[in-house]
Amino acid sequence: MNSMSNELIQLSAAKLSEKLVKKEVSALEVTKAHLDRIEEVDPAIHAFLHVSTEALKVAGEVDGARRLGAKLNPLAGVPVAIKDVLCTMDMPSTAGSKILEGWVPPYDATVVKRLRDARLVPIGKTNMDEFAMGSSTEHSAYGPTKNPWDLERIPGGSGGGSAAAVAAFEVPLALGSDTGGSIRQPAAVTGTVGMKPTYGGVSRYGAIALASSLDQVGPVARSVLDAAMLHDVIGGHDPKDSTSLNESWSSFTEAAKEGAKADSLKGLKIGVVKELGGEGFQKGVSDRFAAVCELLAATGAEIVEVSAPSFAYAIAAYYLILPAEASSNLAKFDSVRFGLRVNPPGGGTVEQVMSATREAGFGPEVKRRIILGTYALSAGYYDAYYGSAQKVRTLVQRDFQSAFGKADLLISPSAPTTAFKFGEKLEDPLAMYLNDVTTIPANLAGIPGLGLPMGLAEEDGLPTGLQVMAPAKADAKLYSFGATLEVLLKESSGELILQDSPLYPGANNASSANGGVK
Amino acid sequence: MSQSHSLEPEQVAHLAELARIALTSQEISKLTGELGIIIESIAKVSEVATSDVPATSHPMPLTNVFRQDIPGKTLTPDEALAGAPDREGDRFKVASILGDEQ
Repeated sequence: MNSMSNELIQLSAAKLSEKLVKKEVSALEVTKAHLDRIEEVDPAIHAFLHVSTEALKVAGEVDGARRLGAKLNPLAGVPVAIKDVLCTMDMPSTAGSKILEGWVPPYDATVVKRLRDARLVPIGKTNMDEFAMGSSTEHSAYGPTKNPWDLERIPGGSGGGSAAAVAAFEVPLALGSDTGGSIRQPAAVTGTVGMKPTYGGVSRYGAIALASSLDQVGPVARSVLDAAMLHDVIGGHDPKDSTSLNESWSSFTEAAKEGAKADSLKGLKIGVVKELGGEGFQKGVSDRFAAVCELLAATGAEIVEVSAPSFAYAIAAYYLILPAEASSNLAKFDSVRFGLRVNPPGGGTVEQVMSATREAGFGPEVKRRIILGTYALSAGYYDAYYGSAQKVRTLVQRDFQSAFGKADLLISPSAPTTAFKFGEKLEDPLAMYLNDVTTIPANLAGIPGLGLPMGLAEEDGLPTGLQVMAPAKADAKLYSFGATLEVLLKESSGELILQDSPLYPGANNASSANGGVK
Repeated sequence: MSQSHSLEPEQVAHLAELARIALTSQEISKLTGELGIIIESIAKVSEVATSDVPATSHPMPLTNVFRQDIPGKTLTPDEALAGAPDREGDRFKVASILGDEQ
């Protein structure tokens, strides 16, 4: 890889946008540099399930339009990766499942259509836990994605592919989806930025549904500004999603730019959620979090402790609501209209074909959650389980309401630990579920949550993540605050966290990505 | 809660039948153990779900959404059938609906 390519893949989407607009670089060059990078490192990382064969053509068309003086979106010509849970007409969309292997949808997800309308360059589809069920990508039917920081560790999940692709400089931007932390937890363990927007802020049309009342699509990037720019492209009302909020949203890009200029946080009250810390949190994560709190206080913010007692029940409620909704949503994989069909030996009725197909096509975690959801919804158990979980949801919302009465924003670590090793939690589903303790409450309440790096843990040198939460529809506040904090953290640490990553382009040990696979 | 959280293999087999997944007996036995532990842990929702707390099904207060009753662009039969495992003409083709005993 030559030095220009090396330089291009290190640039933020915002910087690439500037260079593209000034015609200092072409979309073709930018796309080629990223495709080369994918070819170089992805055999080791496995962030991608599919790399687009159309990307160079699309990039060339953007260059053509720009030469003709067309008025283009600032991100036109910037490559973007798309989580495989989103429908793309020109690429297979499997949601990480064998049951959808090779399936090419007859329509684009609204967010994908908006990327295309803004002339970004879709570069490929990223790996994920099957149907977004998991926190490590170990449940992908196509094998796990490796964490660019340490190839023996998980990149988080379910959106580990999108986070790893961005962290390994394979692409500056990616789309993710967050049902219980699938954008924010991977961001934390890969040292990247990810945003779960307010529920309804981004269209779910064409996102293969996991749990419809919790799912939300959002941006994945290496900086707060880049995430904001991508959010501006994909967000806003969509008549094709009946839960889409009919709001006009202010520019998140402007919010991030304003935030980056702020040199004081005077007047801002920041709540530390007591229940999202302490026991069960890795020391290096807690230390970094404490350091961030000090930094915020030193910059003028008022730090207050808030309590959210019902969060202790949030995971339990989530693992009733999610399987219940998932068991209904996944009923459509019935071997009739799309995807896999497996005929039982000697043939059978359509129901027997269906059962054989689902047995062969679903992985163990998907089966576990479908059976759990079927149980939670069955007569005699419905009130005790699903009904109670919905009440807990009310309590979680009330806790947030009370907390936002005392603080403008809430903060916590994004994940209780740094990236764990492959296999560590695979045979213990409950341990894997508990990993989502920090991120789940925001999904239950529908509020936005931003995850951004807060430095490396001392004991293992791996990234830690900060989660910032705001009241519903206050997404702009997160971008503004996130951009301020990003500058503060950069000043205090002196460099971008990813520069410490072994995969930093041009770093001496960059080749370890290929040599490091055991 | 009065009922027991423990799960029997017969129950898991029944749930698998309802969910249309032809689990193997090995899977049923593994899932019985795993789900027992998970259900034990999540059953605590009933501790705080008292009768005075209303249920919330959805994160944002929304009313039902309707659109104008005007035909829009729809998929062509070929587009709709493009991903189907089997077709006959413009229809999805499936195995027999009823078995011999029905």
